[in-house]
Amino acid sequence: MSEKMLVNGNEAVALAALDCHVDLGCGYPGTPSSEILDEFARLGGSAEWAPNEKCALEVGIGVALANGRTLVTMKHVGLNVAADPFFTIAYSGTPGGVVVISADDPGMASSQNEQDNRRYAVSAGVPMFEPADSQECYDFLIEAFRLADQFRSPVLFRMTTRVCHSKCVLNRHGAGLAPRKAEFIKDPKSNVMVPAFAKLAHRRLRKDLSAMAELNETASWNKLIKGSADLGIITSGISYQHVREAAPEASILKLGFTWPLPEKLIAEFASSVKRCIVIDEGDNFLADNINAMGIRVEGKDQEFRFGELNVTRVRKLLAGDNTPEPPAAPGKPPQLCVGCPHRKTFEALRDLDCIVSGDIGCYTLGVMPPFNAIHSCVCMGASVTVGLGMRKMLPESEARKVVSVIGDSTFLHTGINGIVEMVYNRPAAGHVVIILDNSITAMTGLQENPATGRKLDHTPAPAVSLEQIVKGIGVDNVDIIDTTAENEKFKALLQERLSSDDISVIIARRPCILAAVKAKSYEVKK
Amino acid sequence: MSTIRNIVVAGLGGQGVLKVTDILAEAVFRSGFDVKKSEVHGMSQRGGSVSSEVRYGESVASPMVPAGEADVLAVLDSTQVDVAKAVLKADGVLITPEDLPLDKLQNPKALNTMMLGAVSNYVDIPVETLLEALKANLPEKLHEMNVEMFNLGRNSR
Repeated sequence: MSEKMLVNGNEAVALAALDCHVDLGCGYPGTPSSEILDEFARLGGSAEWAPNEKCALEVGIGVALANGRTLVTMKHVGLNVAADPFFTIAYSGTPGGVVVISADDPGMASSQNEQDNRRYAVSAGVPMFEPADSQECYDFLIEAFRLADQFRSPVLFRMTTRVCHSKCVLNRHGAGLAPRKAEFIKDPKSNVMVPAFAKLAHRRLRKDLSAMAELNETASWNKLIKGSADLGIITSGISYQHVREAAPEASILKLGFTWPLPEKLIAEFASSVKRCIVIDEGDNFLADNINAMGIRVEGKDQEFRFGELNVTRVRKLLAGDNTPEPPAAPGKPPQLCVGCPHRKTFEALRDLDCIVSGDIGCYTLGVMPPFNAIHSCVCMGASVTVGLGMRKMLPESEARKVVSVIGDSTFLHTGINGIVEMVYNRPAAGHVVIILDNSITAMTGLQENPATGRKLDHTPAPAVSLEQIVKGIGVDNVDIIDTTAENEKFKALLQERLSSDDISVIIARRPCILAAVKAKSYEVKK
Repeated sequence: MSTIRNIVVAGLGGQGVLKVTDILAEAVFRSGFDVKKSEVHGMSQRGGSVSSEVRYGESVASPMVPAGEADVLAVLDSTQVDVAKAVLKADGVLITPEDLPLDKLQNPKALNTMMLGAVSNYVDIPVETLLEALKANLPEKLHEMNVEMFNLGRNSR
């Protein structure tokens, strides 16, 4: 059953998951990873959006403890949220397979930082694949689940924006894995990470990593291209594609399994060429680790640490040209849509000269003119707590201007904890949180969330009530208002809440204009 | 790798930049070439600058067109010419909306298919294959109008 098709990396991962009989896909939407689970569900796989990445990974771990196979998807910063279970599941492992997709975003096309998550593989002791195109997304995902079965180990599958979103030709050969059978075997020594058992598990983990490194010396995951003896390039992921084009004459060691590294293979390659250079996007991950083995290779200048690599930059890198590049022509920045329900909210915050602690979503665009109404943005859920810290530090007259704004999906992701903090450690002058409830996860492409009343595949689901949550936690005032239709009323309400010492939540509820059209089509569907 | 053709489409979010390159990439794929298509999603929906690239030939490595190597640059909004032009070859073809018979454009949303028609003159892909790919990527009720817009674009060069 071989089929040739034109697909992007995310679609290739979904196809491989299907061919591996993945029992459940779980994740939280985040560019550039979001389409994987949508596509997996469209193909007939079982997939869910969790409220956040930690929940998604933990559900996945449960599936795998019950001997199932699970694909957990997130963007790079999502793994920060899921890091807690990630580090410990590396110790205990699971009988079924857990593959964690980390979709990194070098160049920050749609992210707040460009962290290189390959560091997580080292830090947690988790094996890692790094695909370079759609074919490898498909092939390596199958290999990742095979490795997971063999070692009981979670596997990190590190993609980047260009691998996720570039379409290329895939040969879907269909040689996947047989389904796993649900069962739970009580084995506390393996699965309960109390210190006595964790000490044993850590020893087992290091032993397994050594065995995987040995396997990696001869596995099909790495590719050796014999070329010139003068120039040897060690590379991985999308950088490999740029290298092939920038230096077609070079000898290339292309690593597909980048943790733990194959030391002998690398040493042999490095000694076979006159000049050995590592071409690596993001951190000097490969060069640092290879040099630490005592194998001398060239890394890259700091200048190339920023943004994505491309063919032109690889040519410069090979030529040792570290001069700064001319800045790219400034394009038109994105804006809040005309008719976006957040617009009226930000106008009011601007006109009242508020200090606005913002969060992650479309509404971060409230930072742009004509609103200029976001003054801090750190990470998912931080608006509430960062706002509380400001309230505690600033003199009262200024503290009263501080407002936290957070979207519906972001609130459910990690904003709820902030409300608990607000009730427990309330600032003297109170606080005001506005939940910008446009009833969809808009930023990443209109995904469902626990409050929309629909599951990942848009079929009906129980809707979590934002107002019941904040009331239940114990805030003083909860108001629900449409800041567009009831604009004057909203402005008066906001002023009133800001001038009191209460802790207040205002739910600014009006559907995203883009989602409204889609929501109608879902109703027809059921 | 000297035989790679590089086509870049640029514009603003909502103009159907990604749709054009999806259609083009599919037509190229159906014609038996190796092909890669690259784009950046994310904030593009919010009206900002968007560009997408199709590369094809016997064997394509990088999915991104290097600066100064695009054979064709098709721009759907004139303000984006300056933003995108660094990608174009010295002797490359630039097509802007002003080059198209805009007076015959039935719906601004079909500017992308009219542009695809103009671009079709510079790719060695059978026009039937392009039209097949176009139809495969659009709902049936839009086929007739978009084929007409495609042909108007194609005949404008």
